[in-house]
Amino acid sequence: MILELHEKLKSRKLSSVELTRHYLKRIAADRTNSYLTVCEEESLKEATAADARIASGKDVTPLTGIPLGLKDILCTNGVRTTCASKILGDYKPPYDATSVERLKRSGAVTLGKLNMDEFAMGGSNENSAFGAVKNPVNPEYVPGGSSGGSAAAVKAGLAAATLGTDTGGSVRLPAAFTGTVGLKPTYGLVSRYGLVAFASSLDQIGPLGATTEDCAAVLSAIAGHDPLDSTSFKREPADYVALMAAERGKKLRIGVPKEYFVEGIEKAVAEKFSEARKGLEKAGHTFVEISLPHTEYSVAVYYILAVSEASSNLARFDGVRYGMRAKGDLSLTEMYSKTRALFGEEVKRRIILGTFALSAGYYDAYFKKACQVRRLISGDFSEAFKKVDAVMAPTAPSAAFRLGEKIADPLKMYLNDIFTIPVNLAGLPAISTPIGRAAQGLPIGMQFIGRHFEEPRILALSKQVEEEVYREKVDHGF
Amino acid sequence: MDFEAVIGLEVHAQLLTRSKLFCGCSTDVHSRTNANVCPVCAAHPGTLPVLNRKAVEFAVKAALATNCRINSRSIFARKNYFYPDLPKGYQISQYDQPLAVGGYIDIEAAASKRVRLTRIHMEEDAGKSVHAQGYSMVNLNRAGTPLIEIVSEPDIRSAEEAGAYLRKLRAILMYIDVCDGNMQEGSFRCDANVSVRPRGSGKFGTRAEIKNVNSFRFVEKAIEYEIRRQIQIVESGGTVVQETRTYDSGKNVTVSMRSKEEAHDYRYFPEPDLIALKIPEAMITVAQATLAELPDQKKNRYEQMGIPAYDANVITSSKKLAEFFDEACGTGEVHGEGLNSTFVSPKDVSNWVIGELLRLLKADEREIDDFKMNPYHLRTLVKLVREGAINNNTAKTVFEEMYKTGREPGEIVQAKGLAQVSDAGAIEAAIAEVIAANPSQHQDYKSGKDKLFGFFVGQVMKKMAGKANPAVVNGLLKKKLSQ
Repeated sequence: MILELHEKLKSRKLSSVELTRHYLKRIAADRTNSYLTVCEEESLKEATAADARIASGKDVTPLTGIPLGLKDILCTNGVRTTCASKILGDYKPPYDATSVERLKRSGAVTLGKLNMDEFAMGGSNENSAFGAVKNPVNPEYVPGGSSGGSAAAVKAGLAAATLGTDTGGSVRLPAAFTGTVGLKPTYGLVSRYGLVAFASSLDQIGPLGATTEDCAAVLSAIAGHDPLDSTSFKREPADYVALMAAERGKKLRIGVPKEYFVEGIEKAVAEKFSEARKGLEKAGHTFVEISLPHTEYSVAVYYILAVSEASSNLARFDGVRYGMRAKGDLSLTEMYSKTRALFGEEVKRRIILGTFALSAGYYDAYFKKACQVRRLISGDFSEAFKKVDAVMAPTAPSAAFRLGEKIADPLKMYLNDIFTIPVNLAGLPAISTPIGRAAQGLPIGMQFIGRHFEEPRILALSKQVEEEVYREKVDHGF
Repeated sequence: MDFEAVIGLEVHAQLLTRSKLFCGCSTDVHSRTNANVCPVCAAHPGTLPVLNRKAVEFAVKAALATNCRINSRSIFARKNYFYPDLPKGYQISQYDQPLAVGGYIDIEAAASKRVRLTRIHMEEDAGKSVHAQGYSMVNLNRAGTPLIEIVSEPDIRSAEEAGAYLRKLRAILMYIDVCDGNMQEGSFRCDANVSVRPRGSGKFGTRAEIKNVNSFRFVEKAIEYEIRRQIQIVESGGTVVQETRTYDSGKNVTVSMRSKEEAHDYRYFPEPDLIALKIPEAMITVAQATLAELPDQKKNRYEQMGIPAYDANVITSSKKLAEFFDEACGTGEVHGEGLNSTFVSPKDVSNWVIGELLRLLKADEREIDDFKMNPYHLRTLVKLVREGAINNNTAKTVFEEMYKTGREPGEIVQAKGLAQVSDAGAIEAAIAEVIAANPSQHQDYKSGKDKLFGFFVGQVMKKMAGKANPAVVNGLLKKKLSQ
């Protein structure tokens, strides 16, 4: 979609202002609750500048003039950034996240800030202080989370593409639930500077798009070393559309982990998965069964490490410097506790769990042990990648579920992430691609997992699925 | 029962980098309130730390200067606690894998002693809370300033040793230019862990930690008080409780701040926003090669120059004083002999420093390096004496004037007319007058009362307002008296 729009903009058949107005109009009529903040004025200003840039013919990138949406966990200079939490109030960051700054530098138009689970904690987008996001495919169903607004906006045609963040599956799960493509890059490929931290060692910003190519185009703009993020790798920015194209035609050995096909996986998911597999076999790829023996510990490890880091990362929301502060004649402790009561239930639950896991006497049993098992899980993948070029697995055990269906049972909710979490623990890149629809019409996704920095390979596989197996229609009303 | 104290010290020293540990903000403490604050050190959501290379170099220097072993790989960790002046809700510090371990410092107290160091780690400072009537304010200028924490083994046995250790450590850090050592402004702070036990016992008693005492004198007094307090408890059959205490300098007592049960659980864990700190061999080599001369090395050099051990120890206890001495002697590393080729005896210079300078500073209740005197002026003074232009007594007057006004000694001598008189005519005239005025003493002298010679010298000197060259006076007087 992006490259087609880019051609139209370049040939002046369409202006960025027109395109931006088109999306703003659709956003105004939105019923999915995808946007938390719409930057009407700013985006039109950016569109005007993009049109001038295109007219001058100088520094035109594939994203110049393309209207994009940003998950509301990415800091935007002077624009309210809420993390879908009450605790930040009307917080306006004094700076742009590196990824946002890079999008702006490439001339993209930023339409606004997208709804999400509060502080990216959740898998259904029901944990937003500003109301749940509805799945554009069926408004009675969740869009998946935590980047639910980012996925729904792409599906509903409220942005050409969006940025989400993926800590345990938060880009891939909503992509699968809404029938969009979502890429979680290698940990360290995209700068985390300006991404409000949930779990620092797992968080990674990634694009969601209507097509694989859209994800590649957005990734090209945001990837690459950032001196402001010490965990970002010393990699030069690259053209992932071209790199992806160069990967096409290669006959690969693809591993399918046997541990991912145990009880609890929905029939439709297994069926569509095997159809996709057959399609790729026909295209010349070979499939082998692999074992990732420590998979069963992933959810436990994740829910120790992620909540531990979160308990510390969220400490700064104390009402002292920015955001909301409880009012009244309060002692310091009262001020803290009343302010922090503004967190939602799930966030409070995770802060308490994390504080416990790190506390004296429990650290060795929980945090330290989880770190050790994390290394085993990474080791599983390293072993597998000695034998295969990529791994293919379902993104989630099921298609989207109904709003409210799992909200009362956190454990059930946590198990949605069972197939996505190991990738974050190992820091690997993975892309979720639509592979069909379940009986009730809900989309089903599947993910390719690559070695570190092998985004071009998994992008190419995803594109091949689109072209040769299944293509989910996305209508942005053009 | 005979008790001994067991003391371990934790020193926080602020590194002299221009910018903060994890962002580019200035470390200038004299800036306007909250002037040196950016999104990173104010802990705005989404910001990340980036380690200051200079701070690492300084910490490595400090580790080398205190004989520590530098870990080629160390880890930053988060120390979690809530306080309004701690912007992130955690302090980035180092925990189980610090920058450096081992090491020692040799001190001179009642006896010479080696105090071992447990570790040196890097961390960031917090901001400062300012409490007003009914509300508090936070100044984040200091938040994120680089510190090193230097932890000693419990090798110290008295307040005096603690003082000697702190002075020596401060001197070392100042010698190598990594810390300005300013205790009032908090660039050098100390926590003391104190316990007591029956002398000869191999077990440690329960310790109390005394927090943030801001002068050497107060550290010593606080420790002395704490030792007395704990001995009293044990002697009266009680038990010392593990707790954190503060020192009230007004009352000269330590006061309980929080008990062990109220102690924070800091929930340390590895800082996920920073990768492991790897110190390349080359950085250590460069740091070692560019390390300034340390107090002990200077002291040895002075002793070889003929300065008594005690004097050498006093002079090297302050970098500023040692540099003053080096420049006055013309033996400094930098200036060498170049500036003035006339030889000045280091022993003469050290006599002035140890004798007159310290006497004057003590009278003014000032620290031993709290003076403004040009080292070349002292050198000129020593030469004036040696050349006979002024005598020793006059020189003391001139020195005091130099100390007070900073004026050049030649100028003082001239302005006050203090030049020594060696002119035989003038001295002979004075001698003639003195002899004429004291005929009976003269008679006695001649009949064998040699002791009266001193009396005549005194009279002549008095007559000449102390400026006469004593050698010339002696020679001429002897001749005239026997005539």
